[in-house]
Amino acid sequence: MAVHPTATCQTSTFLVATCLTAASSMSISPLTTSSVTTSPMTRYAMPHEVGHEVGYAAASGVFSATWLLLVLPLAGALILLLGGRRTDRWGHLLGTAASAASFVVGLVLFFELRGRGAEDRQVAQHLFSWIPVNGFQVDAGLLFDQLSAVFVLLITGVGTLIHVYSIGYMAHDPGRRRFFAYMNLFLASMLLLVLGDNFLVLYAGWELVGLSSFLLIKFWEYKPAAATAANKAFYMNRVGDVGLALAIMLMFATVGSTNYDSVLGAAAADIIGYGTLTAIALLLLLGACGKSGQFPLQAWLPDAMEGPTPISALIHAATMVTAGVYLIARASPIFTETQAARTVVVIIGAVTIVIGCVIGCAYDDIKKVLAYSTVSQIGYMFLAVGLGPAGYALGIAHLLAHGFFKAGLFLGSGSVIHAMDDEQDMRKYGGLWRLMPVTWVTFGLGYLAIIGLPPLSGFFTKDKIIEAAFDKGGTSGYLLGLTALLGAGITAFYMTRLFLLTFHGERRWSSSGERAKHPHESPTVMTGPMALLAVGSVFAGGLFIVGGTLQDWLAPVLGESHEEGAHTLSPAVVTALTLLVAAGGFAGAYLRYQVRPVEAVARPDSEVGLVTVAARHDLYANTFNETVFMRPGQYLTRFLVWLDTVGVDGLVRGTAAGIGGLSGRLRRTQTGFVRSYALSMLGGAVLVVVAALLVRTG
Amino acid sequence: MNSFPWLTLLLIIPAAAAVVVAVVPRRLGTLAKQITLAVTLVEFVLALLATIAYEPARAGFQFAQKYSWIKQFGISYSVGADGISLVLILLATLLVPIVVLASWDEVDAASPDGTPVVGRRSVPAFFALLLALEAGMVGVFAATDVFLFYVFFEAMLIPMYFLIGSYGPVKEQAQRSYAAVKFLLYSLLGGLLMLAAVIGLYVVSADQLGTGTFDFATLRQLDITPGVQKLLFLGFFVAFAIKAPLFPFHTWLPDAGAQSPTGGAILLVGVLDKVGTFGLIRYCIPLFPEASSYFAPMVLALAVIGIFYGALLAIGQRDMKRLVAYTSLAHFGFIAMGTFALTSQAGTGAVLYMVNHGLSTGLLFLVVGFLVARRGSRDVGAYRGMAQVTPTLAGVFLIAGLSSLALPGLNSFVSEFLVLAGTFTRYRALAIVATVGIVLAAIYILYLYQRTMTGPLVSEDARGVLDLSVREKIVVAPVVALIIALGIYPKPLIDIVRPTVTATFEDAGHTDPAPTAPVNASQTGGHS
Amino acid sequence: MNPSNYLILAALLFTIGAVGVLLRRNAIVVFMCVELMLNAANLTLVTFSRINGTLDGQIMAFFVMVVAAAEVVIGLAIILTIFRTRRSASVDDVNLLKY
Repeated sequence: MAVHPTATCQTSTFLVATCLTAASSMSISPLTTSSVTTSPMTRYAMPHEVGHEVGYAAASGVFSATWLLLVLPLAGALILLLGGRRTDRWGHLLGTAASAASFVVGLVLFFELRGRGAEDRQVAQHLFSWIPVNGFQVDAGLLFDQLSAVFVLLITGVGTLIHVYSIGYMAHDPGRRRFFAYMNLFLASMLLLVLGDNFLVLYAGWELVGLSSFLLIKFWEYKPAAATAANKAFYMNRVGDVGLALAIMLMFATVGSTNYDSVLGAAAADIIGYGTLTAIALLLLLGACGKSGQFPLQAWLPDAMEGPTPISALIHAATMVTAGVYLIARASPIFTETQAARTVVVIIGAVTIVIGCVIGCAYDDIKKVLAYSTVSQIGYMFLAVGLGPAGYALGIAHLLAHGFFKAGLFLGSGSVIHAMDDEQDMRKYGGLWRLMPVTWVTFGLGYLAIIGLPPLSGFFTKDKIIEAAFDKGGTSGYLLGLTALLGAGITAFYMTRLFLLTFHGERRWSSSGERAKHPHESPTVMTGPMALLAVGSVFAGGLFIVGGTLQDWLAPVLGESHEEGAHTLSPAVVTALTLLVAAGGFAGAYLRYQVRPVEAVARPDSEVGLVTVAARHDLYANTFNETVFMRPGQYLTRFLVWLDTVGVDGLVRGTAAGIGGLSGRLRRTQTGFVRSYALSMLGGAVLVVVAALLVRTG
Repeated sequence: MNSFPWLTLLLIIPAAAAVVVAVVPRRLGTLAKQITLAVTLVEFVLALLATIAYEPARAGFQFAQKYSWIKQFGISYSVGADGISLVLILLATLLVPIVVLASWDEVDAASPDGTPVVGRRSVPAFFALLLALEAGMVGVFAATDVFLFYVFFEAMLIPMYFLIGSYGPVKEQAQRSYAAVKFLLYSLLGGLLMLAAVIGLYVVSADQLGTGTFDFATLRQLDITPGVQKLLFLGFFVAFAIKAPLFPFHTWLPDAGAQSPTGGAILLVGVLDKVGTFGLIRYCIPLFPEASSYFAPMVLALAVIGIFYGALLAIGQRDMKRLVAYTSLAHFGFIAMGTFALTSQAGTGAVLYMVNHGLSTGLLFLVVGFLVARRGSRDVGAYRGMAQVTPTLAGVFLIAGLSSLALPGLNSFVSEFLVLAGTFTRYRALAIVATVGIVLAAIYILYLYQRTMTGPLVSEDARGVLDLSVREKIVVAPVVALIIALGIYPKPLIDIVRPTVTATFEDAGHTDPAPTAPVNASQTGGHS
Repeated sequence: MNPSNYLILAALLFTIGAVGVLLRRNAIVVFMCVELMLNAANLTLVTFSRINGTLDGQIMAFFVMVVAAAEVVIGLAIILTIFRTRRSASVDDVNLLKY
């Protein structure tokens, strides 16, 4: 749609739509005028006369290869899964190559996109018609725009690094080929999620990443804990998926389409009622909570750490769990319009920050601490995107920075776990920094990034979010800002605790005896990716935030932020506060875990405070789920099985038994005595005669 | 090409082959198998060719043939295909060769512990029954004379009765007889009510037209008073609700499913039960439009109850075949809901669901059958950690399960989402409730997978269990391929089904609700 | 003579026959009572034939006689066989065909 017939209408995309509508119906609805003034969006347009929506530029040139992004890893997965053991020897190399190739394609497309004018930076590729049923027309279409571009780079970039890392990490695992096949499948699904040009394709990717996550969590499925964790993850994700599915149905019922340009255009143009819009937003939010491990659906994410560590890094830290943030950002025109839904988003974000931080302080399992850290960091992202246009880009920036440093932290923890013979209890670590210098440095950089040491990436992104929270204004702004500030402090505390317990202090493991450990630095194939991610953790934040690079880049998709609004607190004050709080957290942890000796075994619940006990039990989230959903569900199931056998089938069998009994009685009349038969015949004859006479006379 | 007697041919070939195979001597069992396989493959190719020859854009029945049969009552042998019946015939003819190949060794094999099979189990008779069943299935979908439909509806029961009664689990003589009789009685009861309604239709047609007829196209034109419509509707509906089955007419299904041989179970749940759902959309809605609208809330309520009831019961089962049967109860709930939401999306979704459910549940039954053949037990307790020794089987199991829980990218998703979205436009609350059912679907499938495939291996003797053989791989490969292909590109199927469903609903006076805030004046996409 | 007298006679004969069938145990007697009823029916038929002036009843009576004759042949043979195997001619002793 390079040249639209009604060029004057191009200033406001929805206006284009209304222009055409008006032109065809020769009447101007009252909505038309209001939408011109209120619509902040400048990119939604009418469908072309062919079957595909072309509010976006049609893919041409290099962009006609957009589908390759998806198909490369998908092909890798298929070859590895169907090839079977024949591909065992080189399977990991193929998987990594597929991922790297996808990254290269992503890079080429990204630079091509940058080379375009700002208004042409949304390229849609129509693949085929997926589900066409009269009014319900869903195409398999891809959209490569500013938002999906950064996600594609994050997914394939970090993905490729983790593929490389896994070559070393999974070197001795008999199922390595299968592992790489699933990773490739995940990449393809995740790319489908971010590249889809309508909500149903997004939903497909959404559930498929859930599948990949399920497959990879239960990768060691002979361990019952892994199998259970995988199922738990799938169930809880499905609860969220219900929300997303319902949101899509509601979009279809309201707008008659699930395409981004139609739905978001309608949202931006204010032609959807506020109630409906809020309902859609809240349903989307339910989906986002499920996928991103946000309150109240956070309980599956820590359990998902049963999967191999590279998976925790790739899926459960850097990419998949942030899909919720992507969803909200993608649907930003909807959220922008509904204050009510955004309030819920920020509340969920704030609550989750606190939950994740508090529990993160209590665990001794290094991966669980990182998992709860992920939960709380995603809480920050939710908080940011919940703030509306001021925060969308900040949320995405934190997401990208988090992708680097959290993936790096997980890979580092994998390196440590590897070195310590699969021991994950931090209390059994200590003093590893001399033995694993590369891991120490890279992990340390990631650690400094997450606690927000300037000028590392976490400092820029988190600081901005806290600032934006305060800027929301009013009491709620202060509450949110203080919560975020508190979170920053606790984050500094538990991450310092983790870092000190692992790398510093005395060695709480023995190098001789029955449980001898011989920690050693990991091979280059593992440390290489860690180093690259560490570089990313150092520079990413500054790159995105300073000068508003990312904000400007994403503005066409997410809307302009009102940067120069009045500040509640001046940025300098917020920064100072943030640094102060983080320093406090650091100091607390340093005093507690460096200055004082650390027990090699955690104290029992009876000797620690109430809060610690609660945190050790995930703030009773699992207990709650079990008591409220699982147990009653089990009883209900058992009751229904009983009811079906005794009640419903009992009714049937009862009827059968009744008829059987009746005929058993009736057959007794067949006595075998001829004369009684003769009597009954006579009786019958008399009856007939009497009846005949009655009829005759009556 | 349309004058070619596709349907009659499809009907005669298996019927004739059934006779031929039935007279093959028992010692030539392999010959009987080979003949059956060849015939069913030819049958499938024919059905495929017929599908290619079918012109979706044309209204009305195609490949129609009509010969007077009992002139006095206006009964004729008349067959024809529309989009709905065509895809179901295709499904039936696809599943039968797969069933034949899957049952290759099932009948003459010794029981799992090695003792020879006692009793009279004739291999040729088994395959003759399968062929007879195939003829019945094709006939019931192809018939365009209501009486002929009734005849096939009842005729199908006979081979199925024997398949359950004579070829069910070897050691469970009493249970399989019970299941067979239960199946037969239930179906006969429904058939009886339908017969009454069929005769009622004849009487009404005699009143209105002077001469009575059973011709479907003519009966559609009748103007039946609402009161009579309701009675006749109920007659048909109960028959179909038993056949499908819908809650609360379902209790025969778990028994029959568990006691059937694997092949029988696949055809029973995969195709035979579809006659019920097929009847709902083919007969109930066009013949009794007012009654359909009147009873729609009741049917929808039963459907939603079925979705949850079936799912919860499936979670509580320990017998794997019963479990799969209960999952079908939930799926039939979705199909019935899609049919009676009376929107073209939901209706198209329902018909697709029939096909997709045949594939996914067929595959589930196949895999469960493979497991049972290996360990000789249907109880989940006999399995744990099987993925370690049978990874391919576990993978296929997972694909079947994921299809059953409607994962996007696999076939069932398209149909389930269409049903839900189509229902949502008219009955929001209902669709919302039904959507929650997808969580339960995840639970019953993955809980089963967890109990059977993951964890430490159940016992040391299970270490010797073999993974899928080449024959078994050949059996599952086409189904797996179709499950994936129809998930990614369902358009060919949709294009066949959609026009018929749309016409059916529009003729009955049901139009799709319009979007409340349409953004596009001209909706995208040509309705090709 | 009033033809209705014949009808009364036939009714009496039929009643005697019926009572005999119901009350007597001896198969031969029961059998003869059946014959009595048949003949009562014959008498009725002939009487009506006479009253109506048509031959239908007469012809019907002949049919009945033929049937009765055939019945005698079969019936006596059965009774004889039963007597040979059971040493009894009581109809109450042949009660195996029941339930």
